[in-house]
Amino acid sequence: MHRQKENIIKSLFFLNGLLVVIALLGIFLLLLFNALPTFKDVKFSEFIFRANWNPSAYLESSYGILSQVVSTLMVTIGSLIIAVPLGIGTAAYLSDVASPRVREIAKPIVEILAGIPSVVIGFLGIVLVGPLIAKATGNYSGLNALNGSVLLAVMSLPTIVSLSEDALGSVPKSYTEASLALGGNPWQTLIRVKIPAASSGILAATMLGMGRAIGETMTVLMATGNAPAMPKSFLEPVRTMTATIAIELGEVPYYTTHFHSLFAIGLVLFIFTFILNLVSDIILHRYEKRMRV
Amino acid sequence: MDQIKVQVKDFNFFYGQAQCLKNISLDIMTHEVTSIIGPSGCGKSTFLRCLNRMNDLIISTRTEGTILIDGTNIYEKDLDVVKLRKKVGMVFQKPNPFPKSIFENAAYGLKINGLKDKNLLAEKVEQSLKNAALWGEVKDRLNDNAFKLSGGQQQRLCVARALAIEPEVILMDEPASALDPIATAKLEELIVHLKERYTIVIVTHNMQQAARISDVTVFLMQGELVEHGKTSEIFTRPMKKVTEEYITGRFG
Repeated sequence: MHRQKENIIKSLFFLNGLLVVIALLGIFLLLLFNALPTFKDVKFSEFIFRANWNPSAYLESSYGILSQVVSTLMVTIGSLIIAVPLGIGTAAYLSDVASPRVREIAKPIVEILAGIPSVVIGFLGIVLVGPLIAKATGNYSGLNALNGSVLLAVMSLPTIVSLSEDALGSVPKSYTEASLALGGNPWQTLIRVKIPAASSGILAATMLGMGRAIGETMTVLMATGNAPAMPKSFLEPVRTMTATIAIELGEVPYYTTHFHSLFAIGLVLFIFTFILNLVSDIILHRYEKRMRV
Repeated sequence: MDQIKVQVKDFNFFYGQAQCLKNISLDIMTHEVTSIIGPSGCGKSTFLRCLNRMNDLIISTRTEGTILIDGTNIYEKDLDVVKLRKKVGMVFQKPNPFPKSIFENAAYGLKINGLKDKNLLAEKVEQSLKNAALWGEVKDRLNDNAFKLSGGQQQRLCVARALAIEPEVILMDEPASALDPIATAKLEELIVHLKERYTIVIVTHNMQQAARISDVTVFLMQGELVEHGKTSEIFTRPMKKVTEEYITGRFG
């Protein structure tokens, strides 16, 4: 009787776990099957390597997503260039410089930043960051890749700060002591011992922050100007993959090539984030193993 | 030989409200091994860490009295702690090499001191590894991660790391407690060898170890200095009864 109960509970939890896998697989298959018909009309190489996206052209439609991939990467990498130094700096401050009291107050505040809805961040991009950029660069509009990078940096900071701080905090105290006992000052100890020892944790934090930035839709949709052309600089408007899907899927006739191609974009995005998550997971795992020594 | 290196005068140490060291006065001689013994929690490690001000890292601690090293009070207000720690090296209870290569570990102290010359660096690393009796075992794999070494080798690497910056005093906090008997024997041999050039203060739980390697033994109990003197005398004719009881293993 008891054994039976145990087994029921066991299989219940197993089903719970299975549900996640099924959902993931389901989404992947849904994307895949809706995306595949695209390639009846469009060559795969053209889809990936052509920069021209114009599905509703009067004469001949074109379905090249290269400019969108480049836009997405630009905005994402731009955000990392801003967020990683800032994030590591903040994490180092929290873990090494701040008093425990300041840390206890500041860290949750940084984490709350993650809870601000992306619409609100996008709004700030339009009314605050955009005009600032326009003023600083002398351009007519500040809705461009740089704007998106700044906003995504703000959005990925909490992840990077919080996880990097965890990584720095879990560097064994014996390393710090050893460095100080050898006449190292706190700065040298941080740069030469603590950050290298926490490097895989910081890298994983960066990857997760990047995952957040790459999939973000609303903010970039609002703040980057959405011109579906190949961007030449950070001061030009860009349109990311996510923005394209969000803008066009609502109005596209069902089961047309255009409809399917949007799913194909989704599939590309899915593969991007999947690889990112996988890589950061592997790094984190390696890091935990090394810390156990 | 009979030069005073470290002079502790009426030294008190407080952790919050609790007083961990009470009125310690003690002279430590140059080129001698001084071992500090006593039951757990008596303040041995605390005392040792007062000598290079490692206790500064713990908040809400307070000291009274003075510790003079070569005549300078190390608790003076504007004393450069970084300089002090270069002069007073430390080896910890558990081997704690950095997660770097063997070479990088031994070179760390030199590098943070601004030594950039690669040849000089290699030379000094080799010398300190030789001094720590580790060179023969690692000379062909200096670029291996230090974690690949055995515990005893790691601890000798930590000694080498401390020796590289040419300190004058070396503090050792139960350096053999995580080692097996053979590694311990090697380390003890090394300590006896090192005292020709350095002043060594070692905390130990192991009575035989104190008897084997030290010239002077200091017995601490509940933060008080009960007795100190030549090791041979402390171990054969202790002045106080508690000392005898502790040494013979009746408590502690």
